[in-house]
Amino acid sequence: MSDAVQSLSRFLPELILMGALAVVIVADLLTQRRPLKNNTDLLNGITLVGLFGALVTSWQALGAVEAQSLFASMLADDGLLGVFRPIFCLTSIVVLLLSMRSKELEGVRLGEMLALLLTVTAALMWMAGSVNLVMIYLSLETVSVASYIMVGYLSSDRLSNEASLKYILFGAVSTGAMLFGLSLLYGMTGTLDLYGVRAALAEGAFGPGLLFVLILIAAGIGFKIAAAPFHFWCPDVYTGAPTPVTAFLSVGPKAAGFAILIRFFYLGLAEPAGGGAIVPVGGADWQMLLMMLAVITMTLGNVAALLQTNVKRLLAYSSIAHAGTMLMAACVLSVDGVQAIAAYLAIYLFMNLGAFAVVILAHRVTGSFEIDSYAGFWKRSPLLTVAMGIFLFSLMGIPPFAGFLAKWYVFAAVINAGLGWLAVIGVLNAAVAAFYYVKILRVMVIDQETGPTPALAFSRLDLGLLVLLVVPNVLGLLFWGSLDRVTEYSQTLLDLG
Amino acid sequence: MIPLEHYLYISAALFSLGVFGVLTRRNAVNVLMSIELIFNSANINLVAFSRFVEGALGGQVFALLVIVIAACEAAVALAIVMSLYRVMKNVNLDEAAELKG
Repeated sequence: MSDAVQSLSRFLPELILMGALAVVIVADLLTQRRPLKNNTDLLNGITLVGLFGALVTSWQALGAVEAQSLFASMLADDGLLGVFRPIFCLTSIVVLLLSMRSKELEGVRLGEMLALLLTVTAALMWMAGSVNLVMIYLSLETVSVASYIMVGYLSSDRLSNEASLKYILFGAVSTGAMLFGLSLLYGMTGTLDLYGVRAALAEGAFGPGLLFVLILIAAGIGFKIAAAPFHFWCPDVYTGAPTPVTAFLSVGPKAAGFAILIRFFYLGLAEPAGGGAIVPVGGADWQMLLMMLAVITMTLGNVAALLQTNVKRLLAYSSIAHAGTMLMAACVLSVDGVQAIAAYLAIYLFMNLGAFAVVILAHRVTGSFEIDSYAGFWKRSPLLTVAMGIFLFSLMGIPPFAGFLAKWYVFAAVINAGLGWLAVIGVLNAAVAAFYYVKILRVMVIDQETGPTPALAFSRLDLGLLVLLVVPNVLGLLFWGSLDRVTEYSQTLLDLG
Repeated sequence: MIPLEHYLYISAALFSLGVFGVLTRRNAVNVLMSIELIFNSANINLVAFSRFVEGALGGQVFALLVIVIAACEAAVALAIVMSLYRVMKNVNLDEAAELKG
């Protein structure tokens, strides 16, 4: 009992989100007969306050307290969770702002959408903290089920429905495979606790059987981070979903998937070897498994992105490629890799959501997601073109933009671990990626639009949103020190390092 | 007493049947039924292991939670299938292929 009470005090961001969720549901019911605008404004306000409260409390909790396990060893409140919590809150805040400006969501009642957004944000935090097989599965499914509904939110839109159906079928099969793997792992080790799993695996060599189990579990995690070959849903779902939801899926669940990947492999399947390094236990070479996943994911994402004509599809493949880059850092087998992933995600959040913000603002005036519809943007709105340029150069990893810093963390960790060949493949992939990012810019700057080209007008909210997203990308290098200091907390995984 | 292996054979067979169904069926509802088979194969594993491994009751709790989650997922999936039926007039997965590229 006292454990639960004590745990609650370290559960403040999640509690705030749950409170905001309850208020949103009730407020939505109470204002259902009011005009749509009043209803939407009120709910957006409540959600924003809730998310902001969670952001502030999770920021205060970051690094301020000792790592500790919560709720009878279901969750671990440690540096890794501490770093991921603000990432999730920031993602949801930006996505909320994007949804206010999205043309697709205009005239739609947003009550359920906002309730789902709050649910998913809290569930992402549970994912990042879980150290028990039950909790891993439960939090992963909470995120999944809520995002299935968010993808299919435009219930009269055929593409939205189709995307949602594809998402739920792929999702259910991958998490089903993962569940089967978890049940076998439970049979092998006789415990559901990750630390118990580690202890049991350390006692014997399980070899190929364990590797089979790990492949099944990798299916579930790979589905969440959109790693090849579990990525088939990703382009279709990203294209069909309302764009703010797409933006959310490309950052939030991906980040949480990486948190779970780190917890599962670094805590459950490896022993600390001193100095922050770890050694795999149980006689299964999961480092090789992750390296193969990383190489396939990067290459496939980048090559397929070259062929795309729809900007949402292109960004889907680009997000697959970024997942591959982060997977490289997961192969490092030391806490450096963990920090690299955390830093990459913190920057990726701003650059990727920035690109989606431009896509949403452009859709307001062009009504299209085809890259060709961006022709002549340089004349129509230099501001939007420059912003897109910054986001795309950042995604490419070109200095002085923040994306360079993200790439630097990953490649430094990979090279320090003696995986030079992996770094070479990564650099080649980054070169390929430059082609399709530049393709978008070329259309915006060089191609001429046929027909009338009215200048684009933006509201103050649009400008504020763009500034919020551009500034971290431009000034990233100035904040290198603080980024390093903050993400360093992610190295203190409970009971490791 | 039935040995542990027999439970594992059954669950492996159910899992394979489920995967086979997912890959071959074209009707969305049939695919959902196959997915239920996958979930339940894992449940059999969990309960069987929990019975045979000394002092490991967690598996039974896990199985209960899986049943709850599977029900939620089925509810959401059927709602989506209904909604798709309204715009498409059938639930054939081959025809739900407007998103391509």
